[in-house]
Amino acid sequence: MKEIDQLILPDDVRFSKDHEWAKNEGNNVKVGISDYAQDQLGDIVFVEMPQIGDTFKKDEEFGSIESVKAVSEIYMPVSGEIVSINTELEDHPEQVNQSPYDKGWIIEIKPDDLSEIDTLMTNKDYIAMLKG
Amino acid sequence: MRFLPHTKEDIASMLDVAGAKNLETLFSKIPKNCRMTKKPRLPDPLTEWEIYDYIVNLSKELPAAHEYKMFIGAGSYHHNIPSTIPFLLSRSEFYTAYTPYQPEISQGALQAVYEYQTLTAKLLGMDIANASLYDGASALAEALLMAIRIKKKTTVAVSAAIHPNYRRVIQTYFQPSGYTIIELPYLKNGCTDISAIDKIDDLAAIAIQSPNFFGCIEDLSYIKKQSQKIESLLIASFAEPISFGLYKNPGIQGADIVCGEGQSLGIPQSFGGPGLGMFATKMDYVRRMPGRLVGKTVDMDGREGFVLTLATREQHIRREKATSNICTNSSLNALAAAMYMASLGSTGMRELSRLNYDKTEYLKQSLVNVGFKLPFDSPTFNEFVVKPPKGFHKTYNRLLKKKFIAGLPLKRFYPELAGHYMMCATETVSRDDIDALVQEVRS
Amino acid sequence: MTVLPNSSGLVMDEPLLWEKGKKGRNGFSLPRRDVDKFPVDKKLISKGPDFPDLSEVDVIRHYTRLSQWNFGIDTGMYPLGSCTMKYNPKLNHILSGFSGFTHAHPLLPDHLSQGALKIMALLETFLSEITGMDAVTLQPAAGAQGELAGMLLIDAFHKSKGSHRSKIIVPDTAHGTNPASAALCGFQAVPVASNENGILSSKAVADIMDEDTAGIMVTNPNTLGFFEDNILEIADIVHTKGGQVYCDGANMNAIMGIVDMKKCGIDVLHLNLHKTFSTPHGGGGPGAGPVCVKKHLEPFLPIPRIIEKKGTLMLSDNFPKTIGKLHGFYGNFNVMVKAFSYILTMGAKDLKKASQLAVLNANYIKEKLKEIFYLPYDRPCMHECVFSDKHQKEYNVNTLDIVKRLIDYGFHPPTIYFPLVVEGAIMIEPTETESKEDIDRLVDAFKAVVEEAKIDPDLLRNAPHNCKVKRLDEVTAARHPCLSG
Repeated sequence: MKEIDQLILPDDVRFSKDHEWAKNEGNNVKVGISDYAQDQLGDIVFVEMPQIGDTFKKDEEFGSIESVKAVSEIYMPVSGEIVSINTELEDHPEQVNQSPYDKGWIIEIKPDDLSEIDTLMTNKDYIAMLKG
Repeated sequence: MRFLPHTKEDIASMLDVAGAKNLETLFSKIPKNCRMTKKPRLPDPLTEWEIYDYIVNLSKELPAAHEYKMFIGAGSYHHNIPSTIPFLLSRSEFYTAYTPYQPEISQGALQAVYEYQTLTAKLLGMDIANASLYDGASALAEALLMAIRIKKKTTVAVSAAIHPNYRRVIQTYFQPSGYTIIELPYLKNGCTDISAIDKIDDLAAIAIQSPNFFGCIEDLSYIKKQSQKIESLLIASFAEPISFGLYKNPGIQGADIVCGEGQSLGIPQSFGGPGLGMFATKMDYVRRMPGRLVGKTVDMDGREGFVLTLATREQHIRREKATSNICTNSSLNALAAAMYMASLGSTGMRELSRLNYDKTEYLKQSLVNVGFKLPFDSPTFNEFVVKPPKGFHKTYNRLLKKKFIAGLPLKRFYPELAGHYMMCATETVSRDDIDALVQEVRS
Repeated sequence: MTVLPNSSGLVMDEPLLWEKGKKGRNGFSLPRRDVDKFPVDKKLISKGPDFPDLSEVDVIRHYTRLSQWNFGIDTGMYPLGSCTMKYNPKLNHILSGFSGFTHAHPLLPDHLSQGALKIMALLETFLSEITGMDAVTLQPAAGAQGELAGMLLIDAFHKSKGSHRSKIIVPDTAHGTNPASAALCGFQAVPVASNENGILSSKAVADIMDEDTAGIMVTNPNTLGFFEDNILEIADIVHTKGGQVYCDGANMNAIMGIVDMKKCGIDVLHLNLHKTFSTPHGGGGPGAGPVCVKKHLEPFLPIPRIIEKKGTLMLSDNFPKTIGKLHGFYGNFNVMVKAFSYILTMGAKDLKKASQLAVLNANYIKEKLKEIFYLPYDRPCMHECVFSDKHQKEYNVNTLDIVKRLIDYGFHPPTIYFPLVVEGAIMIEPTETESKEDIDRLVDAFKAVVEEAKIDPDLLRNAPHNCKVKRLDEVTAARHPCLSG
C-alpha cells in the first residue's frame, strides 16, 4: 500500500471525509474516489452506480464500490441530481484503480448549490486528515 | 473412546504446557452459576454394534419403498437413484470437506459445483444458477425477497396451486417484513387464475409453480406476458424437475427467477430433508442473488481453476446488508444432482421424463376406467387430482394394510377438496403395481 | 524435528463434464417401459436439456478424480476456527443410508412414520439435556436458518406482549450470519464492541440496551475463543429492559456437559449439528440448525411439532402462536439420524470429555504458537485461539501467505481474517479428535513457515506449490464472472 507522500492528490479537486473527490466542471461537479481510497480497497471489481435523474443530499449514499472481499459505500460530496454516470466502469472497474481522477470518475452531479463544494477539504487539509 | 486419541500421558503433558492442573481447571473462569450441575440424562454410551442394531430396527418401522407401493408425491418423489451416486458422495474428500474457501485444495468441490450450476442453468433454461439453497420452500421465499429488492415494490402474488408447505414458509419469512402476499386462486382446470393481477398495486413478482401442486402444467408464457404489462417479475417455482425432460422449461417461457426443489435428482426422500434448493436467474440480476457462486478463472501460471466469487453479496462480507443470511447450503446434494444429470444425459433425461409421464397417464386412465373423476382437465406430469367413488377412504385403508400408499388425501391442504386425492406414479412403479392397485379398488 | 506430511501427488487432470462423453452413451439404467406412449400436447413439450451423454465409467472416473483435488477431514487436520471440523464417524453415515430412512415419505399417516418420529423426539430430548434448555425444534436447515428462527421467536414474543421492538444488539465479534439474520427479521443490528479481554462488558451492553431493543445475539463461547464471563449480568440487563437473550451456539463444542445455557440466562439457542454433533459439512452443506428455547418461548416454535398421544407419536400443527414453518417438511432428517447416532455413541460422559479435550487442544496450541505469532488476547481460551500476522509483517508476508504455505505441509489452513476485531486474524480450532502428535506436527509446520518467511518470503507469497492449481485470480473472477460453461 502507498505511503501518504506517494499519494496523488491533485490541486483542482476537493475531498470529503469519506474519501470522495469532487471537481468543479463549469456548472456540474464530477465525483470519484481518492487515490488513497482506491489504494486501500485494492483491486476494484464492481462499481454500483445510481440512475441518471436520481437526486441525493450531501453525505447520502449513492452507490458502492466492491473489491473481492470488501464493499464500501460511496457518499455524495454535495447535494444534487445525477446527470451522468461513467458507464465505462461497468466493463472496466479497474479504471478506478488506474486513473482515479480521470478515467475512473464515477458520477456527474448537477449541484443544488455549487458553492457547497467549497465546504470540502483541499488536498492539504485532506493530507492532514489522513495523517490524523 | 475411539474418536478421542488422547492417552493419559498426553493429557498430563498437554495440561502442563497449558498451565492447568487438570481438565476441570481449564473451565475455572466460567462463573459458577453458569455451570451444569446435573449430568445430562442421556443413555450410557453404546457400542457401534448396539447402535447399529437399535437404529436398523427403528428404520424398519418405516415403510421402505421396495416393500410398499408408493403412489404419493406432493413434493417428495420416489425415483431410482443410481448406485454410483451414494458411492461417489461418500468419498471423504467431498463428504468431510468444509465450504471451499481455500480454492487450491478445494478444486474438486469447486469444479463439481461449477458443473452443477451449469447443468442446472441448462435444465431450467436460465443464464446462471447458484451453488444451492436449503430446499424448494426457502428458495421460493428467497426468490420473492430478491424480486422485492430488484423491483423496489412491496407486494407479491403467489399462486394457491403452489405447494401449501412452501406457501406456509413464505408467510414465515415475510411475517416481520410488512410486505404483502396476495394469493391467486386456482381455476376449474387446476391452473392459476391471474385475472386479478391488474388490480394489484405495487406488484414486484408473480410466483407460479409448474407443474403445480396438483401436477398441472401452467401456461408460464402467457403469465409472463401479463406480468410484463404491469412490470412485475415472473418467478417459476417447481417441485418436480424431472418434468423438464419433457415439458418446456421455465426459462424458455420467460421466467425471471426459477427456483425449486431438486430432491428428484438423485437425492433420497429422507422424510423430507435434506433436499436441494435450486435457484437460477438472468445474468442481469446476479448481484441481487442469494447464495454462493462458483466462477471460472485462472491461476498464477494461467491454468484454469475455480473459486467462490461475487462474495460481496454474502453475509460474511456484507453482514446486515447481505442478499441473504444463508451460509451452509446443500452442497453435497448439489453434487448428487449434478451426478444424476450427468448419468442421465440428454437422452436419458428425455426418456425418463417421458416414462414418468406415460406411467402417470396409464394410472390416470386406469382409475378413470374404475369410476374415478378427474376434476381438473389440464395436462399433468407425474401426479394428478382424482375424485374417487364414494367410500374410497375405506379402500384407502384396506390398501394401506396391503402395502399400497394410494395417494394423498387433499382435505388437509385444501378443505374445499375434501374427498379428493392426489395420485402419483414415477418410473419406479410398474404396470403390474398399477394394475394391482386398480384391481384392489375394483374389488 | 518431526517429519512433516508433505503433500505430493497422484493428481490427474480432468476436463469439465461436457468436454467428456459422446452422444449415444448413457450412465443410467433406465427402467423397463411396460406401458404404451400416451399422447402429449406438442405445444407444451421441448427437446429437453442439453446435457452431456456419459457412461457410468465416465461418471465414476470424473468425480473420483475431482475428489482427489479436495481436502477433507479424513485427509488431514482441518483447524478451521469456529467451524468445529471434528472427525465424522462412519457408522453415522452407514445408518443414515438405511432404506427405511432414505425412502421415508414425509406425508404418510403418522403410524407409518414412527421410526422417524422416535428419532426426532429422542434427539429433541437429548439436545435439551445437553444444553439445559426446555424445548427444541429440529426444523431449521442450517445455523443461519436457526438464527432466523430465533429472531422470529423473539419478535413473536414481543408481539405477544403487544409491543414491537426494532433493534437488536450484535457484538463486533459475531459471525456475519448474525446481523444478516437479524436484518432478515426486520431488526436493526446495533453493534457493541468487545472489551480489552475480548469479551462483552456489562456496561457496554447496559449503555445501549433500551426498551426498543428486542434483545441481544451473543455467541458463547465467542469467536475469539472466550467464554462470555459477564453473561449472567448481561442477561439480567437485557431481561430487565424486557429483552431476550439469543445465543449463537456455533461454539457449543467447548462446553457440552459443562455449561447450562438456561442458567446462563439464555432464552434461545441454536446449535449446528454439522459442527458440534459431527455430522459432516459435505463441502458446504447440508447441515442442521436446531433451536432450543426456554419454556416461555415454546408456544412460538415452528410447526409441525412432535406430540405423543396414547403411545403414538404424531406431527401436530395445532400451535396457534407458532412462527410458522421454515422448511418444506420437518428439517434435515437425514442429518438428524447422524447426530442421534453420535450422541448414542458418546453418552454424557464422553460428550463432556470431548469438550474438555477440545479446550485442552486449543490451549496447548495457544501456548505453543504464541512463541511465534502475536496473540492479541493472552489468556486461557476455550475451543479456539486467535493469533495475527503482526510479528511477520516485517518480512512483508501476511496471514494469507502464511496459511497458503501451510497447505504445502499437508494441513488445511485455519480460518483467516476473522473475527474482524483482530487485524490479520489466524483463528485455530483443533477440535478434540486431533491427537497430540498431529497438533505437534501442525505447530512444527507453522514454525517452519515462519522461519521460511525470514529467509525466502517469496516461498510463502507464491504458495501453495504442490496443489492442483496455484493461487487463483479472484479479481478477474469477480470482474468478469464466468458462472456456467
